[in-house]
Amino acid sequence: MTPRARWHPWAMLAPTLALLVTFFVLPIGVAAYQSFFSWDLLTPPRFVGAANYRALAAHGHLFHIALHTAVYSGLVVTGTMSAGLALALLVDRPGRVFALARTSIFSAYVVSWVAVALLWMWMLDGNGGIVGGALRALGAPPTSLLGDPRWALPALAAVGVWKLTGYAMVVFLAGLRSLPRALLEAAALDGAGPWARFRHVTMPHLGPTAAFVATTTLVTSFQAFDVVRIMTQGGPARATELFVYAIYEQIFLNLSVGKASALAVVFFLLLLALAGLQLRVWRARAGEAR
Amino acid sequence: MTASRARLLPWLVAAVAAAAWLFPYAWMVLTSFKTLEEIVQDPTAPLPRHLDLDAYREVFAAMPVWRYTAVTAVMAGSIAAAQVALALPAGYALAKLRFAGRPFAVGVVLACLLVPAQATFVPVFLMFAKLRMVDTMGALILPFAASALGTFLVRQAMMSVPDELIEAARMDGASEWTIVYRILAPAIRPTLVSLLLVSFVLHYSDYFWPLVMTTDDGVRTLPLGVALLREQGTGVRWHIVMAGNVVLSAPVLVLFAAAQRQLMRAVGGR
Repeated sequence: MTPRARWHPWAMLAPTLALLVTFFVLPIGVAAYQSFFSWDLLTPPRFVGAANYRALAAHGHLFHIALHTAVYSGLVVTGTMSAGLALALLVDRPGRVFALARTSIFSAYVVSWVAVALLWMWMLDGNGGIVGGALRALGAPPTSLLGDPRWALPALAAVGVWKLTGYAMVVFLAGLRSLPRALLEAAALDGAGPWARFRHVTMPHLGPTAAFVATTTLVTSFQAFDVVRIMTQGGPARATELFVYAIYEQIFLNLSVGKASALAVVFFLLLLALAGLQLRVWRARAGEAR
Repeated sequence: MTASRARLLPWLVAAVAAAAWLFPYAWMVLTSFKTLEEIVQDPTAPLPRHLDLDAYREVFAAMPVWRYTAVTAVMAGSIAAAQVALALPAGYALAKLRFAGRPFAVGVVLACLLVPAQATFVPVFLMFAKLRMVDTMGALILPFAASALGTFLVRQAMMSVPDELIEAARMDGASEWTIVYRILAPAIRPTLVSLLLVSFVLHYSDYFWPLVMTTDDGVRTLPLGVALLREQGTGVRWHIVMAGNVVLSAPVLVLFAAAQRQLMRAVGGR
């Protein structure tokens, strides 16, 4: 439709665009600029070229952060998607138990990450944690999972899966409910068993939904911070140092604006690349299925 | 026999799944009723010896729970309200008005969908520090007052509203203001309710932004206060931390119970 006055559309968009540009577009540029300076917030900034990036890359520090973040995200995305899809298929039927399962699983998505992190920290506690106790009864050594460099990161990922599975389940449920029943019935009449129906009717139909869940959980898990800050502070032995926590450390503990900005730039570019790649793969697959 | 077993198995698995998600809440509540003595002596005892409310008393003594709750609710409420108020005219312009810069404006909104606050907080923090706005409600609310996702969702919803509705309103002499807030807003009510609910719940629970934008007690939010219970050398006093956890999550769970359908539809329907 034609606007009544030429300035109308811009006046309507002005507050939104101004806020988005101020807080999301410009800061990316500012971070990229500041990543070439050495600045401790006390003395004036000094241009240092790519020194911040080189310092971060030295001793494989940056690589470790990227690797830990990728492992955490990989575990959370695969765990969340498989549990979410399996549970969606399971609870998509009438009955009280299924309604209860839907509600309780989804509730974790609504509760604060702080509450979830503290709760699991207590349950996994080496001394009095109930899960820790159960694991010890099964013959595990008497250390806390969170205190073990090998297990701390998978333990954080498990907490992430517990928190996000309800989200994936609800999105998959919406996808399942948009599947025409007639399609499944026609397949059954043609003699397709439950597995064949799932493989050739349900799965292709859920392709776009799965792509959506994969991308959103990837972005969410890539930004993980709360579980790290609350449960492990990046330890033990830096085993759980993920990107956002590393940025946070650089600016608030080391007072290094340059290194924090350099990390933020790498973090943002990796996130963009991963999300783009994932969308491409899923699009290609969705195309194949048709 | 096989028919009943085929029905029993999903039932059992669903019951186990429900338990896996309900048990941690139950354990949180049970722990919060225990005493320090019980936590030390027999931390995995299933039930507290009696309903002891000391942990809650300690939580209310350790932090100003009501002030933190008020700050958190005002922050989350303002963000949710601002997002809806700003997304309406912006979504209208992007969905219904034809003008030269529209593809550009849509591009800006879509690009912002990909930028998380976790990637921008360093420059934003420094900017607020320069403006002496750290530790103010402004620093907590302003960056989220406009939502790229909200704008996008409102635009999508407005596209399915027929143009005739707007034309008729214009014929009747309604101003654009009236068209956006009085005629189109009710027409896309479910979308607005979803946006309001999801945004409120998300920001009420947020830990990251209030943590980096506050340095003192002035505008501290509830999630920060509860996380501090653990950090302030509580050691093994997990009953206090769990009591804080109950205080933090109970209101959200009550809201969830009341608006479960809307929330599920908002999340599932995208």
